[in-house]
Amino acid sequence: MAFIEIDELRKTYRGEADCVVALNRLDLTVAEGTFLGVMGHSGSGKSTFLSILGGLCHPTAGQVLVDGIDLYQLSGEKLADFRREYLGFVFQSFNLIPYLTACENVMLPLAVKKMPGAEKRRAAEQVLEKVGLAARLQHLPNQLSGGEQERVAIARALVNAPPLILADEPTGSLDTATSQEIMELFKTLNQEGQTIVMVTHNSENRPYFDRTVTLRDGELAEDSQTSFQVIARAG
Amino acid sequence: MKLETIAFNNLRRRKSRMAFLVIGLLIGVATVVTLISLSNALTADAQHKMENYGANIVITPHSDSLSLTYGGMPLGGVAVDSTEIRQSDLEKITTIPNHRNIAAIAPKVLGVITTDSARVLLMGVDIEKEFHLKRWWTIRGNPVLNDQQLVAGHEVAKKLGLVPGSTLTIQNSKFMVSGVLEKTGSQDDQLLIGSLPAAQRLLHKEGTVSLVEVAALCSDCPVTDMVQQIATVLPNVDVSAIQQVVKTRMHALSQFRTFSLAIAAIVLLIGALVVFVTMMGAVNERTREIGIFRALGFRRAHIMRLILLESAVVSLLAGILGYLTGMGITRLILPFMTEQQLHLQWNPLLGAAAVTLALVVGCIASFYPALQASRLDPTEALRAL
Repeated sequence: MAFIEIDELRKTYRGEADCVVALNRLDLTVAEGTFLGVMGHSGSGKSTFLSILGGLCHPTAGQVLVDGIDLYQLSGEKLADFRREYLGFVFQSFNLIPYLTACENVMLPLAVKKMPGAEKRRAAEQVLEKVGLAARLQHLPNQLSGGEQERVAIARALVNAPPLILADEPTGSLDTATSQEIMELFKTLNQEGQTIVMVTHNSENRPYFDRTVTLRDGELAEDSQTSFQVIARAG
Repeated sequence: MKLETIAFNNLRRRKSRMAFLVIGLLIGVATVVTLISLSNALTADAQHKMENYGANIVITPHSDSLSLTYGGMPLGGVAVDSTEIRQSDLEKITTIPNHRNIAAIAPKVLGVITTDSARVLLMGVDIEKEFHLKRWWTIRGNPVLNDQQLVAGHEVAKKLGLVPGSTLTIQNSKFMVSGVLEKTGSQDDQLLIGSLPAAQRLLHKEGTVSLVEVAALCSDCPVTDMVQQIATVLPNVDVSAIQQVVKTRMHALSQFRTFSLAIAAIVLLIGALVVFVTMMGAVNERTREIGIFRALGFRRAHIMRLILLESAVVSLLAGILGYLTGMGITRLILPFMTEQQLHLQWNPLLGAAAVTLALVVGCIASFYPALQASRLDPTEALRAL
């Protein structure tokens, strides 16, 4: 069964002279447990695709279902709840909060959840340990290396145990060796059953994906066949 | 980890911005506290001075006959044939319900006496109370200190050629002129002023007084009620309030307070604007951060709560520090504003009001920035996705 169903997705932006089509008639289904790579050149619509999938940006037309939930039928606040319960975001350039420690950054998605503080801390420590940062709990982001900041961002995306992780160019600002470490980490998470959608323009990341789709001028230009294998494995 | 943790950590780790916010509001609160505490202290001082400056209730005997005037006020019958007030009855004034509001009871006996060369009006007074009450009197020489001394009014002194140290014989008794009043422009210039017992003896009015002036200690106490109360305990006299005096005092004090409050309101408004501008700046500065919070599933209400929480912490701090600073400034400048040594009261009510005011102003000034923050489009805010 498809975990993500995208049907006739269209997104246009109003430009100064005319309408700019960011995504056009995009159809896609993704099975649970897939590590999906979304590739394409700059301006191909990758980031818009991820924003829409993340419930951050309303499409002009079409439907997006995640785990059977029609995202854009939800009210603004319900959409926020959906993001909190269903999604883990890993942003480009980490996007950690500079005045919070690594542990506090990881606990952010739990901040508005009703659960005991000790439990939140335990959950954060566990995921930080999982990404290899058990010794860096109390460090501020500016006291961590780029790779470590990325790991904190991944831990933050995981702390809620969300069914889906959305990652936007997570290796974009990392050196090759660190990028590989991070991709290995994502692969490990995926092998544990985590569904991941990652936007990247780095073709070196391609081998890590179960399935790769390429966008060109807002349209689906290429879809690798690996997805069938993943569906078969998931099934 | 709660919203409070985020708010506290933001404030703790962005000390300069927090300090700027606190100082902005603190200046407003401190100014309000300074003006209000100064106004209170000076009002109390002015009230005290004004209450001691002349009477606002006059007690005169019942009389339908001869009428003399004193200080331009009709005093009823003070002629020989009129009913006098028994001095012993004056004790009853101290039993009225509002007796704590009475600052001074100044009895007087009045009558015409013959000196070596002329007939003049003699006024016997309770020396201590009268000279305390008539602070506008400027005496060349000394006030009356005993029963053998007199103070001469300006005109009397001129007419009889009296100077401090002169002697005067009245009904075979010798009196020394201890001082001469500087010109007052009132009927006091026409008087010889002596002690009450001496005057009563000379006028043959032992145990009686001609009129009583009462100074009521209040800016807003019910003078008309006090008049009623005195009339009840002294049924055979006329008691009247000098409304003009009361109203003038009230007006002066209320104008002083209104002026202080107006200045305080303006400064507070400026403080609120500082908070508003700083919070708007902070929201703009934190656009990306707010985008992250929204992407991570924070509701709009969570963002508003976060911003208002930070503002409440800042306002609370500014309120407490503003109160302390305001009281400190008042303590420093009060000695330069009054001749008397005034005791500054630590008013917990003013403290609570200052903190509440800071909280209200801080939260109102931050409401719009918080609303703006909550309305930020997360995609626009992040720009990364």
